[in-house]
Amino acid sequence: MPYLILALIKTVLVVAIIMHVLAYLQWVERKVIAHVQLRVGPRRVGPHGLLQPLADVIKLITKEGLIPSHVHTVFYFLAPFLAVVFALIPMALIPYGGDITVFGVHTSMQVTDVSVGILLVLGLSGMGVYGVALAGWASNNKYSLMGGLRSSAQMISYELPMAMAIAAPLLMLNTLSFRGMVDGQAGFYFGFLPKWIVFQGPFPQVISFLLFITAGFAETNRVPFDLPEAENELVAGFHTEYSSMQFAAFFMAEYANMITVSAIATILFLGGWHPLWPAEYGSKFVPTVIFGLSALVCFSHAASPARPFDRITLPVFGVIFLGIAGAFLVPVIQTVLLPLFWFGAKTGTILFVFIWVRATLPRFRYDQLMRFAWTFLFPLAIANLFLTGLLVALS
Amino acid sequence: MDVILFLLFAGVAVICAINLVLQTHPISSALSLVGVMGALALIYLQLGGEFIAMAQLIVYAGAVMVLFVFVIMLLNEGKERKMQRKLWVRWGGPPLLFVFVAIMATVVEHFLPPSEGVTFGAFTKGTAEAIGTKLFTVYLLPFEVTSVLILIAIVGAIVLARKEID
Repeated sequence: MPYLILALIKTVLVVAIIMHVLAYLQWVERKVIAHVQLRVGPRRVGPHGLLQPLADVIKLITKEGLIPSHVHTVFYFLAPFLAVVFALIPMALIPYGGDITVFGVHTSMQVTDVSVGILLVLGLSGMGVYGVALAGWASNNKYSLMGGLRSSAQMISYELPMAMAIAAPLLMLNTLSFRGMVDGQAGFYFGFLPKWIVFQGPFPQVISFLLFITAGFAETNRVPFDLPEAENELVAGFHTEYSSMQFAAFFMAEYANMITVSAIATILFLGGWHPLWPAEYGSKFVPTVIFGLSALVCFSHAASPARPFDRITLPVFGVIFLGIAGAFLVPVIQTVLLPLFWFGAKTGTILFVFIWVRATLPRFRYDQLMRFAWTFLFPLAIANLFLTGLLVALS
Repeated sequence: MDVILFLLFAGVAVICAINLVLQTHPISSALSLVGVMGALALIYLQLGGEFIAMAQLIVYAGAVMVLFVFVIMLLNEGKERKMQRKLWVRWGGPPLLFVFVAIMATVVEHFLPPSEGVTFGAFTKGTAEAIGTKLFTVYLLPFEVTSVLILIAIVGAIVLARKEID
C-alpha cells in the first residue's frame, strides 16, 4: 500500500482517538477531583455525566467569540493557534504500539518514526511557549501579560532539568528514536523483572523519572506550578481575555501537552507497550480480568440500584465491559489491542497522578518555583547525568 | 519533490526575512525571525543534517528567540519611529546594496575553490551519532574552548547584572 495512503489512514485514526481522549480526560479530571473532595462531579448530562464533554464542546463552539477592543488582533488570534498546533504535532511521533499486520498490511502503530524523535518533541514543546507568551502580550491586559511572562520564564527554566533528565536514559538506550527506545527496554531480568529504564542496569533511572515528571508539571502549567493562570492573583492569567473556541484551544493545548508528557515518560522510563510481567505468567489476561471485574461490579450494583435509572445504565455498561473483555481473548484482535492496553494503562496512570496532584497540593509561590528549579532540580539532574554517564562508561 | 519543498521553505525563509526588516513592531520582527529559523531548520533537515536541524529548532527558534520575545515584552516597546532620512540615502540605498552584493559574489567566485554544488540526499553524515563522534574526536579542542567561552559569557552576565543591583 502506498506510504501516503497508509499515513493518511493512521493520521485520521490518531486524530480521532486523541480528540476523544482530550475531551474525556477533562471529564475524568472533573470526576476524580470531585471524588477526592467528596462530591459527585458532573452527572446531569448523560449517564454519570458521560456526555458532559460533548455538551461543553457545543457550548464553547456556539458561544460568541468576544474580541476585546484594545488587543493586537493578529497576535491575539495567532496565539491559541500556535499553542494548539505545537501541542498536537508530537502526537504524530509517539509510538502507541509495536509492529502489526492488519488485512495483510504490515505497519507500525505510529504515524511516523523520526530518527531524532525525542529532540523534535523537545523542540516543539519549546515552540509551544510562543502561544502562551503571545496570548499574554497580545491581550493588552496587565494580568494576561504577567501570566504570559511567568509562563515563558517558567518553561525556559524547567526545560533545562527536563532535558537533563531525558539525557540520562538516552545514554543507556543509545538512540534518539522512540521506537528504538522502546525496543531497548524489551525483555526481563531473572524472568520476571522488566528491563524498563526505571529498573534497568547499570543505574536504574528512578531519579531521572521523578525529575522528568516534576519538570513535566511545570512545562504543562499544572498545579502545583500553575502560576501563569493563578486565579487568586491573575484572574485567569494568560487566557483572561479569551472566550469561545480560542479559550477552548488553550484548554486543548494544556491537555494535549499533559498527554505528550505522560506518553514520553512511558516510552522513556516505563518501557512503552511492554507488559509489566512476562506473557508466560499470564500478563496477556490482565485486560480481560480488569474489564471482566468492572462488568461484575456494574452488574452487582445494578442488582441493588441506588438511583432508578441505574437499573438500565449499569447493565449496559456491564455488557460493554464484558464485550471488551471478550475481545481481548480473540488472538487476532489481541495482538493489536494488547500493546495499546499496556501503553494506555501506563500513560493513564501518569495522567491520573497529574490529576491527583491537582486535587492534593497547593500552589507554589513564584520565587519558590524558580528557586526549586535552579537550586534543586538542576543540580540534581546534572549529578544524575554524571553518575549515569560514569556507570554506563564503566559497564 | 525535493526541489518543490526546498523552494517552499526557502521562499518562507526569504519572505520572513523581508518581513523582519519591514515590520515596525519589535514583536512582529522577532516572530518573523522565528519563522526564518524554523524554515532554515527544515532546509537543514532536507539536506540530511537532522541533528543540526533539531539543534536549530531547540536552541535558536526555541530558547534564544523566546528570550528575545520575553525581553521585548518586559520592555513593553512601542512601534518604531520613522527616521527622516535624506532623499539620496532613501533612493540610493537599494541600488548600492545590489552593487555591493554583486562585488562580493564576484570576489567569492574568484578566490574560493569551486564546489560541485549540493544534491538532496547526498549527505548522510548528519546523524547525532556522526556529529557526536566528530565533536569528541576531531573537533574536541574547539568544542571545549567554546564551552569555556560560554562559561565566561555567563560569568560576565552575572557580574554586569550584580553591579546594577548594588
